[in-house]
Amino acid sequence: MASIVIRNLRKSFGEFVAVEDSTFTVEDGEFFMLLGPSGCGKTTTLRMIAGLELPSSGQILLDGKDVAQVPASGRDIAFVFQMFALYPHMNVRRNISYPLISQGMPRSEVRRRVDEVARILGIEHILDKHVGGLSSGDRQRVALGRAIVRSPKAFLMDEPLGALDAEFRERMAEELRALHDRMGATTVYVTHDQLEAMQMGDKIVVMNHGVVEQFGVPQDIYDWPATKFVANFIGSPPMNFLGFEGVIGPGSNMVELDGYRIAVPASREGRRGRLTLGVRPEHIRLADASPYRGEVRAVEYLGTTQIVTIATLNGEVKARTSSANKVNSGDIVGLEFDPRTLTVFDDASGRALLSEANAGVLGHG
Amino acid sequence: MSSYSVTEPSAGQKWVAGALVATYALITLLPLIWIFATSFKTPYDAIAYPPKVIFDPTVEGYVNLFTTRTRIPIDQVGNLPPPANFAEQIVRDQGMMITGPSRYGARFLNSIIIGFGSTFLSVFLGTLAAYAFSRFRVPLKDDLMFFILSTRMMPPIAVAIPIFLMFRELGLSDTHLGMILLYTAVNISLAVWLLKGFIDEIPREYEEAALIDGYTRFQAFYKVVLPQAATGIASTAIFCLIFAWNEYAFAVLLTSGTAQTAPPFIPTIIGVGGQDWPAVAAGATLFLIPVLLFTVLLRKHLLRGITFGAVRK
Repeated sequence: MASIVIRNLRKSFGEFVAVEDSTFTVEDGEFFMLLGPSGCGKTTTLRMIAGLELPSSGQILLDGKDVAQVPASGRDIAFVFQMFALYPHMNVRRNISYPLISQGMPRSEVRRRVDEVARILGIEHILDKHVGGLSSGDRQRVALGRAIVRSPKAFLMDEPLGALDAEFRERMAEELRALHDRMGATTVYVTHDQLEAMQMGDKIVVMNHGVVEQFGVPQDIYDWPATKFVANFIGSPPMNFLGFEGVIGPGSNMVELDGYRIAVPASREGRRGRLTLGVRPEHIRLADASPYRGEVRAVEYLGTTQIVTIATLNGEVKARTSSANKVNSGDIVGLEFDPRTLTVFDDASGRALLSEANAGVLGHG
Repeated sequence: MSSYSVTEPSAGQKWVAGALVATYALITLLPLIWIFATSFKTPYDAIAYPPKVIFDPTVEGYVNLFTTRTRIPIDQVGNLPPPANFAEQIVRDQGMMITGPSRYGARFLNSIIIGFGSTFLSVFLGTLAAYAFSRFRVPLKDDLMFFILSTRMMPPIAVAIPIFLMFRELGLSDTHLGMILLYTAVNISLAVWLLKGFIDEIPREYEEAALIDGYTRFQAFYKVVLPQAATGIASTAIFCLIFAWNEYAFAVLLTSGTAQTAPPFIPTIIGVGGQDWPAVAAGATLFLIPVLLFTVLLRKHLLRGITFGAVRK
């Protein structure tokens, strides 16, 4: 197993820049998520780590050794494809043993390792079957088997659950995470599903338009998004944005939204102009005493909680509140924001302003 | 759901369909059957009118095809030793004696060398080119593919004279190599286009999986792509062989001796000792066999090849 360090990685196809100056580190044994919308460069990044694409510039350190220009066959990395890419002209046993055969491993040893992997994955009964007739769950397991059989330095997975039915996804996600915990294997996992990323990942890199937007543990990314894009991409419903024209000074712990003063974590930067106050739905409290008011537009009942959509002077917000608080469409309600959890964004750059609260997460920027 | 439904055909419908297929097969096969029958007739039966459907079969045509003969000189009649074998006997019965083997065997061998040689070369080069066009960022790819296709936009025979002159200058006239190169040049565009279509259908992930599994690009091509492309390669090979095997015009123009193939040779049999139609028919019958065998051996692939793409998930 190995650590993977990505430094200033860049890939362009002619005029089109797929990945721009990416830098992040995957620690040894980590389950690492590359998250972003389609076309953001996450798959290209993964393919560069695998050696299926060679970067235009930058470094990929695998256990401290720069492999950026080494072809895939020389990297000792396993890759699980979205469509599995099992060799259709071979049976399951031969598919799984194929990476061992390329190393010239003796037959008896190959057999022993394939049997062991089949036992771990619970696919002993299909070893002699052709891959054509397998269910998608079994194909997934065979693809995993082919990846783990040679104990590679790292596993790379390109939306491995994307081709599965909804009911299988949940189960395979658990199996995958359990498998990872058991083997302690460094894993880089590409997904566009933020829930999957939060649920399975030790760390997440959020990418957009070929640029790394943020890199960190799921909780930090959720609580302290570095950009408006991340704030909007992560969370369901996403973070609320209240746009306003205003000013915030260094050390100030107050913003003024059209005359209403709202407490925020003390800022470390000053900015004047179009700003956005970001607040997660669960950090909005409906309080009649609050002077900041809005009109309820819709209520979605979700069991213990409900999502209340409220029109305010600064745009629509969604609040996640306890279902015990009865509200109806058309009600005028007061809104209170938990001051410890708020983030102020600069609209011009889309970046979060550093504050007492998020400096620990974003401070190195 | 589709807008039409498929129902089990009635017995009557099946009968009509069967009769149609049988009639079509008969019309298609009739010339072949006729040639096959003629090859076992005597020259008199072959030109009899009304045509003879029932006749005494003889292998005279085949014996004549493989031998050269001369009329027995008057002074030798009765002095010859008894015939050594049945072929000699058949020739004697015509009042002739065998003077040696004919050139048919050598011409047939030429056809095999040139037909299969050019087929192999077309498919070999075509597969590599198609793979490169399918997988790599080749500069001016579309223009190159069009250029390759454009070599088929006029009948090859239109450039017969330049090719004739070129071959004469290069010393390729009447050589096996020359004919193999020529047929390859004609077939390669077909091979590249057909095979590119087949290889495009094979997902890249298979090779990428092989690269990841520690194989080189060539090993991935050889061990993973080729088996997947077998269908396409087989059907392409059949098309190439059929062209090279049947080609007549260039063979007449560019070969006369050493490298002459069977198609230009067979008509020359007519001139040897009268119009020997059974020998011509025998030559044609034997000539059909290799292509027939090749096609039958690869027919499974051919059928899958024709429907390729339609059945892939």
